[in-house]
Amino acid sequence: MQAFISHAGRVAALPRANVDTDQIIPKQFLKRIERTGFGECLFYDWRYLADGSSNPDFELNRPAAADATILLAGANFGCGSSREHAPWALSDYGFRAIVAPSFADIFFGNCCQNGLLPVVLPELEVKELLRRAAGAQKFYQLGIDLKSCRVRDGAGFDVGFVIDPYRREMLLHGLDEIGRTLQQESRIAAFERSRLASREASVS
Amino acid sequence: MARTLFTKVWDSHVVHQPDGGPALLYVDLHLVHEVTSPQAFEGLRLAGRKVRRPELTVATVDHNVSTGDRRLPMADETAARQVAALVANAREAGVELFDLDSPEQGIVHVIGPELGLTQPGMVIVCGDSHTSTHGAFGALAFGIGTSEVEHVLATQCTVQSKPRTMEARFTGLPARGVSAKDLVLALIRRIGTAGATGHVIEYTGEAIRALSMEGRMTVCNMSIEAGARAGMVAPDGTTRAYLAGRARAPRGERWAPAVEAWSDLYTDAGATFDRTVVIEAGALAPQVTWGTSPGMTAEITDRVPDPADAPSEAERQSCRQALAYMDLLPGTPLEGIRVDRVFLGSCTNGRLEDLREAATVARGQRVATGVRAMVVPGSQAVKAAAEREGLDHIFREAGFEWRNPGCSMCLGMNEDVLAPGERCASTSNRNFEGRQGRGGRTHLMSPAMAAAAAVAGHLVDVRGLMRGKSGEYAD
Repeated sequence: MQAFISHAGRVAALPRANVDTDQIIPKQFLKRIERTGFGECLFYDWRYLADGSSNPDFELNRPAAADATILLAGANFGCGSSREHAPWALSDYGFRAIVAPSFADIFFGNCCQNGLLPVVLPELEVKELLRRAAGAQKFYQLGIDLKSCRVRDGAGFDVGFVIDPYRREMLLHGLDEIGRTLQQESRIAAFERSRLASREASVS
Repeated sequence: MARTLFTKVWDSHVVHQPDGGPALLYVDLHLVHEVTSPQAFEGLRLAGRKVRRPELTVATVDHNVSTGDRRLPMADETAARQVAALVANAREAGVELFDLDSPEQGIVHVIGPELGLTQPGMVIVCGDSHTSTHGAFGALAFGIGTSEVEHVLATQCTVQSKPRTMEARFTGLPARGVSAKDLVLALIRRIGTAGATGHVIEYTGEAIRALSMEGRMTVCNMSIEAGARAGMVAPDGTTRAYLAGRARAPRGERWAPAVEAWSDLYTDAGATFDRTVVIEAGALAPQVTWGTSPGMTAEITDRVPDPADAPSEAERQSCRQALAYMDLLPGTPLEGIRVDRVFLGSCTNGRLEDLREAATVARGQRVATGVRAMVVPGSQAVKAAAEREGLDHIFREAGFEWRNPGCSMCLGMNEDVLAPGERCASTSNRNFEGRQGRGGRTHLMSPAMAAAAAVAGHLVDVRGLMRGKSGEYAD
């Protein structure tokens, strides 16, 4: 997995609540058997008009959002389907982090599995970031540091965030979770033996 | 110490609990389907890893399959390639697969219970958010992403932080015409689509105890629509009666010890939940969604809400966007909103009991002119059982299409989709923008309500139809 230590980049603002994974990556694009190439389908129904042309009204198509790598979003981002194609699409598009007041559980875990950092900030701080992004001359930039767990814009915004220490460790080092669990092989095998034994004992 | 049902199941599956970190949980049953598994199998291959316990893994095809004639080859080449990948992966790994030709094929959350694979006290995972369905049996069942699917394939374990607990207590008994779907929609309406984020819900109360297993599955299925990790119901006589004699349930000399083991699966007196929500089931009318999120629900006797009445600017904005997408005006009575399509099916409401409820309404009626209505049984077994009872005749004579099993228009990965602007009365679980087809407009409701909408041509209170023909409706 790609590690996440720190990242600085342009911000795209998507101030909508309850953005579901059907919006992030519509179902017609879930038939591929690869992990790559989903970026062009990201937010498809919002991003493109019915004739396939770019929708100029969609937040990500505005000039200020060009080349953005940090997505600023509303509460309960990523609700709905468990499809990991959603973080694959966001990463493939170029995003490295998402800042929102809250995330849906499965989506949050899926992001962490892909080196895409989900940052939870209080609603008021997200509002402040949205205000600053809207007022920026051309682009709005943020720096996110996972070591110190802070979000900064270099212009007075400097706020800490909290993330589960396990997730943080995995992300900082880009660790392979399966490899770590396989190191617990003796414990897994012992658990299986004890369950099998109690099951057999109950029948005999 | 007094423990909740959830805590008992959790505790009995902890393989390892590192200090301050998430637990390593053992998985008893891993269900697999074609859409969220190919990248997981590919990941295993690239890392030179094997499926650790293929015999605890069961696969089927449901999401992208056609509900039309199964004798024909799949017309969608990309979908066919995805199905072929699952067939090859299952064969290579030694995983049992119920493929398109199998009499056991169906929606993964329908076939697990009907085969008796789903059992009380298990930990069950699947790369699908509606895995919460299996919690109806007192299992801890939750959806996972593809990376976690790969992890479970390789280790038979999953790394999980312990969720908090919520009790959703339904007091009293619902009135006639008010079903399991209405109970869970009412809950989501009350607590919102993120209301149970980070929690496992245990459903309790007289109304839950009175539900059949099918009804409990409908309730647990939509736990994810309230943001919950899982939903659970303590097993009881209803659970045992459902499981007795199922193909993969404990049989013979294994039945009594299994029942004995399940007898401890309830929340102890004195155990506490992190949160409790109480809903008076007897006071509910049939529920129907008006917006683009399952929390945007009202009673059928209500009107489309006015965004101006929403408590915050964010909610006013969401409401305005939803009404614009749904092409509805504030103050419009919900009863009377015309529909173009009706979808009966899905892992929420595609079981035999759901089809019976809908058939009771459809019997001797005709689908309204201009409405296209389809029935998609949740599995081949549901379809066969329904045909033995003659439900297919009732639906066909009333003008409904009788199709083959799959997820179908719940998510529209196959050819069953709404055209832009079409409005659908649907028994599925999500009314998100474009979920059933780009520009399609979804109203979620119970099977009886959806059948009633098909007949009336518009959203309608099924209780009125029942009063009109009371003799034909079983209580």
